[in-house]
Amino acid sequence: MTLRTEPITINLGPQHPSTHGVFRLRVTFDGEIVVDAEPVLGYLHRGSEKLAESRTFVQVVTLTDRMDYTSSMTNNQAYVLTVEKLAGIEVPERAQYIRVISAELSRISSHLMATGFLLNDLGAFATPLMYCFRERERILDLFEMLCGARITLSFMRPGGIFQDTPEDFWPALTDFISNFPKYLDELETLITGNEVVLARTNDVGVISPSDAINASLSGPMLRATGVEWDLRKADPYEIYDRLEFDVPIGSKGDTFDRYFVRVQEMRESLKIIAQCIRDIPIGPIKTETPFFVRPAAGDAYAAVEGPKGELGFYLVSDGGIAPYRCKVRAPSFINLTLLKEMLVGWKMGDLITIFGSIDIVLGEVDR
Amino acid sequence: MTRVVDTIKVVELLEAEISGSILEHGQNELFVDPNKIFEIAALLKDHETLELGYLTSITAVDYIEYFQIVYHLLSMKFNRSLILKTNLYNRQNPSIQSLTRVWKGAELQEREIWDLFGIKFNEHPNMKRVLLWEGFQGHPLRKDFLGQEEQKI
Repeated sequence: MTLRTEPITINLGPQHPSTHGVFRLRVTFDGEIVVDAEPVLGYLHRGSEKLAESRTFVQVVTLTDRMDYTSSMTNNQAYVLTVEKLAGIEVPERAQYIRVISAELSRISSHLMATGFLLNDLGAFATPLMYCFRERERILDLFEMLCGARITLSFMRPGGIFQDTPEDFWPALTDFISNFPKYLDELETLITGNEVVLARTNDVGVISPSDAINASLSGPMLRATGVEWDLRKADPYEIYDRLEFDVPIGSKGDTFDRYFVRVQEMRESLKIIAQCIRDIPIGPIKTETPFFVRPAAGDAYAAVEGPKGELGFYLVSDGGIAPYRCKVRAPSFINLTLLKEMLVGWKMGDLITIFGSIDIVLGEVDR
Repeated sequence: MTRVVDTIKVVELLEAEISGSILEHGQNELFVDPNKIFEIAALLKDHETLELGYLTSITAVDYIEYFQIVYHLLSMKFNRSLILKTNLYNRQNPSIQSLTRVWKGAELQEREIWDLFGIKFNEHPNMKRVLLWEGFQGHPLRKDFLGQEEQKI
């Protein structure tokens, strides 16, 4: 006897512990197998791009903090780089070094959250996440020393950074980078070779390199497929061309590769920070810029390699004190393009893991 | 370092293959005919000397007299980039060919432009609003949208 089956459509979210924010996914199942999936976005849409049009170029920095709120430093960096390109502002070397250090710290903190939440989604509820948060806390303490804030930092300005580092920052940073490898080893002993993790992540949610490029994926999502593309190497900004580091890539483009690329990137970030501590010069930290930055009419696009991928800003100026148009090329948003292709054919439990491995932040998806 | 492709060569190539496609060209950008955007994109993506296979971003700008669509293209193989711009003068009902069949990465970005600017992308597989809800009145990133009245979901 054959039983008649019919597909069932369910809503995942917008309030669900595994959606990393207010994200809704309409999934159609045949039994336990996903046959269709459609993301429904916009629950956190605040109209940042429209708001930017009525703020001065410097004020927009505070809006960028609230996009990818797990990595405010890279958002600040992408934005101020674009303003500098548009207005032709030079940045002192010391400021560039401090920016790179803070961006790499931000990357580590974001990858820690990504890893922690991936494990959360795998069913290792809360405990491994707290291990990651413990280390992230140390980074937030460093940020607090730099600028007084922990999450929404607004640390960078067109032309540099807003204040020099306090004296006790450098010993604390050295302490952090000497202790962090031990922690990473501990994390890897628990996860990388873990049989359960391997069984749940190996060959799950595979993307091919050509699909990844065609769908404009970036960041660890792209590199996990084996494409060696990192803006810090391919189109170096700030002082990245003076630093030595490797670009970790995956081989299969599955969930495990996405996790593993992130772990390796954390080690590379430590290398970068160590070189910056060694080489940082003494000098000014900000070029004198007028209170109202008024770039000449024109447009500019600049991007950084953020923790989630290529974070770019496209600014148009009409010669006024506010951007005429401020477009954000949000990696989290574009990385969702292949979501359906990744999910179809997998089961409910795998859906949560695959989705977790994309590492999106809804503040950035919805802006 | 990502450099801009040699625009003079691209102009020659495009003029030879698709006549009348280039309206103007600058140092690192080409102004193209919106009616031929699909053919231009397909050619630039697949041509062996360019291989602009990665669509970094699509965006639109409201210049009041016209809308400008800006495409940022990238060739990962040659590490070269190119900017295409095209102007749409019809403010009441602007539309342009979708590039989703060339680059799948255009899908969500084109939906976002429809949502926030009200520019239709023809032959897009899923031309719905993405950030705002269906039934929202107006398109917020247009310069004439003031957003003073509250809209309820």
